Amino acid sequence: MAVVQQTARPEGRSSSSFWTVARRDSLAGFLFIAPQLIGITLFVLIPLCLVFWYSLHEWNVLANTFTYTGLANYQMLLEDTSLPSVLGATAIFSAGLVIFNLSLALLLAVLLNQKLAGITIFRTLFFSPVVVSLVAWTIVWGFLLQKNGGINGVLLVFGIDGPNWLREPVTAMISVIVVQVFKNVGLNMILFLAALQGVPNELYEAARIDGAPRFKQFRRITLPLISPTILLTSIITIVGSLQVFAQIAVLTQGGPGLTTTVLVYYLYQQAFQFHFFGYGSTLSIMLFVIVAVLTFAQWQMRKRIVFYES
Amino acid sequence: MNYYKTLKSAVAAIAVAVPLGISPVGSGIANAQDAVNLRMTIWSANEAHLKLFSDIATGFKKDHPNVTVTYESLPFDTYTTALTTQIAGGNAPDMAWIFETAAYDFVNSGALYPLTDTLKATKGYNAEELSTTAAERWTKDGKLFAYPFSTSPFAMFVNNDLIKASGAKTPAEMIAANQWTWDNAIATASTVGKTGKGGLIVRDFNYQIWQNLASVWNGWGASPWSADGKTCTMTEKPMVDALTFIHNAVFKNKAMPGPGESVDFFAGNAAMTITQISRASLLPKDKPFAWDLVPLPKGPAGNYALIGQAGVGVMQSGKNAKTAAEFVAYMTNPENSAKLSQFFPSARKSLLNAEVLKKTNPLLSQEQIDKVVISGIATGKVIPGHTGFAQIQQVVRSGLDAVWRPDANIPAALQQICGQIGPLLKR
Repeated sequence: MAVVQQTARPEGRSSSSFWTVARRDSLAGFLFIAPQLIGITLFVLIPLCLVFWYSLHEWNVLANTFTYTGLANYQMLLEDTSLPSVLGATAIFSAGLVIFNLSLALLLAVLLNQKLAGITIFRTLFFSPVVVSLVAWTIVWGFLLQKNGGINGVLLVFGIDGPNWLREPVTAMISVIVVQVFKNVGLNMILFLAALQGVPNELYEAARIDGAPRFKQFRRITLPLISPTILLTSIITIVGSLQVFAQIAVLTQGGPGLTTTVLVYYLYQQAFQFHFFGYGSTLSIMLFVIVAVLTFAQWQMRKRIVFYES
Repeated sequence: MNYYKTLKSAVAAIAVAVPLGISPVGSGIANAQDAVNLRMTIWSANEAHLKLFSDIATGFKKDHPNVTVTYESLPFDTYTTALTTQIAGGNAPDMAWIFETAAYDFVNSGALYPLTDTLKATKGYNAEELSTTAAERWTKDGKLFAYPFSTSPFAMFVNNDLIKASGAKTPAEMIAANQWTWDNAIATASTVGKTGKGGLIVRDFNYQIWQNLASVWNGWGASPWSADGKTCTMTEKPMVDALTFIHNAVFKNKAMPGPGESVDFFAGNAAMTITQISRASLLPKDKPFAWDLVPLPKGPAGNYALIGQAGVGVMQSGKNAKTAAEFVAYMTNPENSAKLSQFFPSARKSLLNAEVLKKTNPLLSQEQIDKVVISGIATGKVIPGHTGFAQIQQVVRSGLDAVWRPDANIPAALQQICGQIGPLLKR
């Protein structure tokens, strides 16, 4: 390798002994990743450390005081009577979102994995909400879901007196989940579609020859072979579900009661509305730990649920 | 060779560009050594308002050529959150508008620069004529920490066309017959509601901003907490009665839009709305309807009025707090207060007369000004507020969700709310 490097160097060019080709290549590599590295350091790593630091303080923004309180904010986590409801709402939202989103995405992907004329139009239609502005999407749904809104207007045509979607505890949570699923299901659908198209056709042919029915083909061939994509989409969807904010802020503001107050919205309230930046930071740390643990657990489970890994 | 040259050039370009990219450019304001740039956050983006503020800033510059004042409009709904985020980020404005509900937080925290000395030292300011009641919420230990530049009474706008079409009595007729009570007002709203139009709307309430319901429950003598702010009084009879009345109006009489229903009075779709008089500007010009403005109806506890306020304060943390206080003194002197009162009713006694108010509120009649504006400002209570109001507001909002159901147990829901906000009130 050293001989190759010597021969590759242009003749007559002076070069310091320090700047070997390997070092130059390393420097070039670092410079190429520098923008991303700087971005992550400035906007992820440093804020993360600062949030932990803030969580050990009582920060009164208006009085401009910043007092070290040790683990008092963590103690407050244990004593916060609203937190169990908030964590419950977060769990219900995440579970509902993941199950509904992945099931619908897979169903749509299977239905759209056909070689039919005009199928791309349907694929585009189902994907289009992904590129729509989240807030605009949510505001429109907010109008549709009002008591005297569009959805109840349609139901009334069929003689059904629709519920007050965003004001009843159960329907409010369902509404928020459905709005979020319809917004992002297209993304998972595309990922599943790509995975489905990567499954070799010969396997289905062999199964058909062996007389396997379609559902069995799906269960024994399709699911195992797209399992890496299922893992990927489930991680992305769970992490995304724990970060939901705009939909709650626009549609329900966490109500009725605390039924749709998920952790991120609660954190926002504590820090930016109630000015408890220290406690808000503590909630952020808790959210970070939850996301990290869930992601790690899912990653560990891949050996059981993922059929193969490249 | 070319590869490394390109790489070096790229790195050099980044080295130059990054510091430029993060430098504080963009304001366009000269940074001469003696120049003072003041920034005021406001929640209005109304062109006419901004023009008036700009004229006031220009007037101040005549005597203070080195001072430039800029206004930053923040969204109304998230104004206080945006303001405190700026403060937390070390980018506090020099001056800020403050909602009456957040007044206690700002005044008690020490975030504001005391204005009393500056106002008194300003020639011709005549600070004494500012109504003591209006200044109460903005004062601590005898010092004024924010000037209440807007003191706007709540009143009832009426769509007489809708009411007459429904066959009900108009509020003006009821006032003339001394029958303008909450029972009769709701009866009228209910009659209109049965025609398919909206009855009575408490504007901006939307089953979220519950403090606006003070425009109704004050008629029962109800209050969410005691005068000293330490004890929850939502379980007391006046509040239970008032909320039961509102509940019946919503769910039994269909006189008020229910949760999740949106009806716009100013689009001509409802009989009456309670809001501040400054909303007269929303009355339609293209398809006008016969409208009226009347005082709030009489409740079981008698006649009453409610006012909303906005204050302007100087941030203590600003580098130029003294100059900012001088600007606030200029902005709110008698001459500029008269100009401001066309949009923001003043609490200065000299401006609280029909002659001045008629000039600045051309849409209102002499009678409306007398009965609604002058009487409202003179006798009105300010909308509820408290230290830590944002949290209390959220807890009460969440608790009141149990009231806004057809089968609500109102006393039990209020009991629960008091249990939750009790410790917050004592802090």
